[in-house]
Amino acid sequence: MTPETDVLIVGAGPAGLAAAIELKRQGVANVTVVEREPEVGGIPRFCAHTGFGLQDLHRLLSGPSYARYYAAQAKAVGVDLHTATTITGWEGERSLAYTSPDGIGTLTAKAILLATGVRERPRPARLIPGTRPHGVFTTGALQRFVYERHLPVGKKAVIVGAEAVSLSAVMTLREAGLEVVALLTEHPHHQLYFPYSLGKFWLLDLIRRTPILTSTRLRRIMGTRRVEAVEVLHTADGRTETIPCDTVVFTGDWIPENEIARSGGLIIDRHTLGPQVDGGHRTSRKGIFAAGNLLRGAESAATSALEGRAAAREIVRFLTDGRWPDVRLPIAVEAPIAWVYPNTLTAFDIASPRRTFDFRVQTFVEGATVQIRQGTKHLYSRTFRHLGPNETMHLDGRWLAQVALDGEPPVLSVEA
Amino acid sequence: MTQEIYDVAIIGAGVVGTAIARELSRYQLSTVLLEANPDVGQGTTKANTAIWHTGYDAKNGTLEARLLRRSRALMEKFVPEAGVPVEMLGGVLVAWTEEQRDRLPALRERAFKNGVTDVRILSPEEVYEMEPNLQEGAWGGLYVPGESIICPFTLPLAFATQAVLNGVELKVNFPVRNVHLEEKEGTTVVESEDESVRCRYLINAAGLYSDEIDGMLGHHDFTVTPRRGELIVFDKFARSLINHVILPVPTPLTKGVLISPTVYGNVLLGPTAENLDDKTNTATSEAGLQTLLEKGRAILPALLEEEVTATYAGLRAATEHSDYQIRLHADQRYVCVGGIRSTGVSSCMGIAEYVRELLEQAGVTMVPKPTFKPVKMPYIGEAGQRPYRNPAMIAENPDYGRVICHCEKVTLGEILDAIHSPVPARTLDGIRRRTRVMQGRCQGFNCRATIVDILARETGQDPKFLLAQDDKARAGVNPHPQSSRGEGAK
Ligand SMILES: Cc1cc2nc3c(=O)[nH]c(=O)nc-3n(C[C@H](O)[C@H](O)[C@H](O)COP(=O)(O)OP(=O)(O)OC[C@H]3O[C@@H](n4cnc5c(N)ncnc54)[C@H](O)[C@@H]3O)c2cc1C
Ligand SMILES: Cc1cc2nc3c(=O)[nH]c(=O)nc-3n(C[C@H](O)[C@H](O)[C@H](O)COP(=O)(O)OP(=O)(O)OC[C@H]3O[C@@H](n4cnc5c(N)ncnc54)[C@H](O)[C@@H]3O)c2cc1C
Repeated sequence: MTPETDVLIVGAGPAGLAAAIELKRQGVANVTVVEREPEVGGIPRFCAHTGFGLQDLHRLLSGPSYARYYAAQAKAVGVDLHTATTITGWEGERSLAYTSPDGIGTLTAKAILLATGVRERPRPARLIPGTRPHGVFTTGALQRFVYERHLPVGKKAVIVGAEAVSLSAVMTLREAGLEVVALLTEHPHHQLYFPYSLGKFWLLDLIRRTPILTSTRLRRIMGTRRVEAVEVLHTADGRTETIPCDTVVFTGDWIPENEIARSGGLIIDRHTLGPQVDGGHRTSRKGIFAAGNLLRGAESAATSALEGRAAAREIVRFLTDGRWPDVRLPIAVEAPIAWVYPNTLTAFDIASPRRTFDFRVQTFVEGATVQIRQGTKHLYSRTFRHLGPNETMHLDGRWLAQVALDGEPPVLSVEA
Repeated sequence: MTQEIYDVAIIGAGVVGTAIARELSRYQLSTVLLEANPDVGQGTTKANTAIWHTGYDAKNGTLEARLLRRSRALMEKFVPEAGVPVEMLGGVLVAWTEEQRDRLPALRERAFKNGVTDVRILSPEEVYEMEPNLQEGAWGGLYVPGESIICPFTLPLAFATQAVLNGVELKVNFPVRNVHLEEKEGTTVVESEDESVRCRYLINAAGLYSDEIDGMLGHHDFTVTPRRGELIVFDKFARSLINHVILPVPTPLTKGVLISPTVYGNVLLGPTAENLDDKTNTATSEAGLQTLLEKGRAILPALLEEEVTATYAGLRAATEHSDYQIRLHADQRYVCVGGIRSTGVSSCMGIAEYVRELLEQAGVTMVPKPTFKPVKMPYIGEAGQRPYRNPAMIAENPDYGRVICHCEKVTLGEILDAIHSPVPARTLDGIRRRTRVMQGRCQGFNCRATIVDILARETGQDPKFLLAQDDKARAGVNPHPQSSRGEGAK
């Protein structure tokens, strides 16, 4: 591997590959992508169901075909791809250490893009008590069992979560021949918003066939060798119920794979847990960009890929003019807003009022007026008929021109 | 039917049983180590706080205090030689009330009597200098430089490996169901389900079940009450919050909830202490985890900001006595090693030497072997150099550069070593304890399927069978189903 390159990309998921392809198209000579897995493509490699590519490739593909498409494109345009290569830490301002079967080394670049993706919080991170039997998965782990290694799973599954990715778990379990006995959500309503371009009828059919237990919390896992049952609490009336099953799948509850970002001293946003970025994917460290699910948990693969492309254009700009913002103003959020992203403002943003902002809320709010203020100054408000958890909403950037970059952090909140 | 008669049979391959096996393997004896589980170190030994205690707070004059002290000297030599991960961090005991502060001089006095003479009382300022992230309000503290952290997985494996290399026979999947003496022959028959072994001398190191084995020989000197301790492991990002083992002021019942780094670079919070009647109940509880979070917040608020990596529970073999229950029954050619409650990881080598002395008392002649093969374990700590950072190892074998478990940076080379070691891993949990795979942030959610594949391929097993085996290993084998009711039976 050549130790010096123009752009080094960490992670060959949709975000990293789309960025690499765009960089080559824009004429960057040396683009290196490192991927710790034996193959490039990221999470879609294991999602052997349809639902990928509509917004970025304008057609509907299965996860593996989608991953193959990006891998082939990257090869065709001459991206320098390195698999089985793990980035293990920082060696300098724009240098990263790696380990691979060929040895260990350092890669130095003019710009670095972090696109390390996301993971679902596994059971222990959610502090679910009980025994520790076999049969507990996350969606990602389940898909590797079923699609990658063809290993046995079980017979009857309870799915924790009722959001987009939970549907992926349902499809995978059906594929593996399991019966889904229930989807659990702590919220009063499920959060299945026809995601990933899946058919509405398919979804309605699913909802008809699968009990969705709302306002329900998983309290305990039971069973000695194998999961035998779960105990749930119905928070509305305080009832507890034991549901027999041999498989539990934890879905969603994302946490960015922020190890490299955090160990490099990049400022981490308290709400997204990804690195803080401005609208141009610039992190708090000069020459270091970030894109994809690393920024804020899982969106569709297309969203990540489009972000990768957008980041690539900003990287090209940086390689050309070397400019980097010296003032960064974080955007604060107040409950029930869960997070906003981009989550810092720089002079580059103020100059681009066409930026959009994504945000999510923690709970359902009907008829919510979302507002942005800076100090006592009201900058913007917009009313949404309906806001719900696990659904990303968008704000335009018309308010940006009024922001004082040397002022207090603007606050995004819901008007009482 | 002629059957080999072993000089010594040891029941239980926890840290205590394996240490004894290793000690005996230095002499010209034939020894067999019998373990109910598919692997060594799968009982209480794998689920504790992993502190290498000095014994500063042990009750003066007890056997426990004496063996802890003796073990210290022995382990100081063995642990580095065998490559067992340790970090000599030192402990800071924090007094959170005036009353606790007033007890510090007595604790220091007790430490001195236990031969731990380097302890020192700390002013509140000194406490915060050493541990700047602690919650405000400490009244003072006690510095115990010798309290260290150790790898509770490698330690019993190192003992077992050295024992096996020096001729001890290890029989796993051997749950002892019955023991009877053959007075005439001067032998003892130790029976499992469909197998038995004969020996001249028997050692009972069965941990939680040591009272039941003792009962098979007609003794009722003590009863083991499982005392559950729940623990929470925090993400590696929490490691920089503390520099020492943060100890509470101990009470007669428990050492209390502590916060400690682990040799894998995480931070542990725990344990709780709760008496149960089920020796298999290693489940965690909502109340236990909540208690820990509250205590953690009261000691080190920033800890709670970090992600939780794992939760688990271990069972202490508590008895009605406040000291170890180690007894020689010379007439029965039998040594009982029970009630090793909350310090066994630290006292194991002292216990092993003492058991050897008891056997000598009982008439066993100990003739040292001309050569005693050394052991060097694969290094799985965080403080030293792991294979993925070792260019020489990777150059020699590229598998040491092929990272399989991304969270803990474990390579294919290490996994293969674990499967093909003298005490081989045959279960997923066995590979985990030998390499750290699946015990990081994602808890094996990324690499578990791959590891199933590797283990199946390397051992020629059907993955389905292997997963079923693993179910068994995870649950732990209850060798005495009649004595305790598992949760599942309710
Ligand atoms: C179960 C599931 C089902 C889904 N279903 C759909 C769907 O139907 N339709 C859809 O559009 N989207 C779906 N998604 C979302 C989609 O997969 C993600 O949005 C997309 O993969 C994100 O791309 P990414 O590049 O940001 O991250 P990832 O795809 O996660 O890629 C990150 C890459 O970085 C690598 N990496 C991380 N750290 C390092 C390091 N230190 N060194 C080297 N490499 C590293 C990882 O190995 C990984 O390959 C699903 C996601 C999941 C989990
Ligand atoms: C929460 C907690 C925290 C602790 N913290 C520390 C600490 O920080 N430092 C420290 O030094 N100590 C600590 N301890 C104590 C320490 O873990 C124990 O003292 C030690 O592990 C005991 O080892 P053992 O070999 O006696 O028991 P075990 O590890 O339980 O081994 C006994 C073995 O015997 C086997 N067995 C039982 N019955 C049979 C049978 N019939 N046939 C065959 N095999 C059988 C079992 O399967 C098991 O493998 C802690 C304990 C707990 C629970």
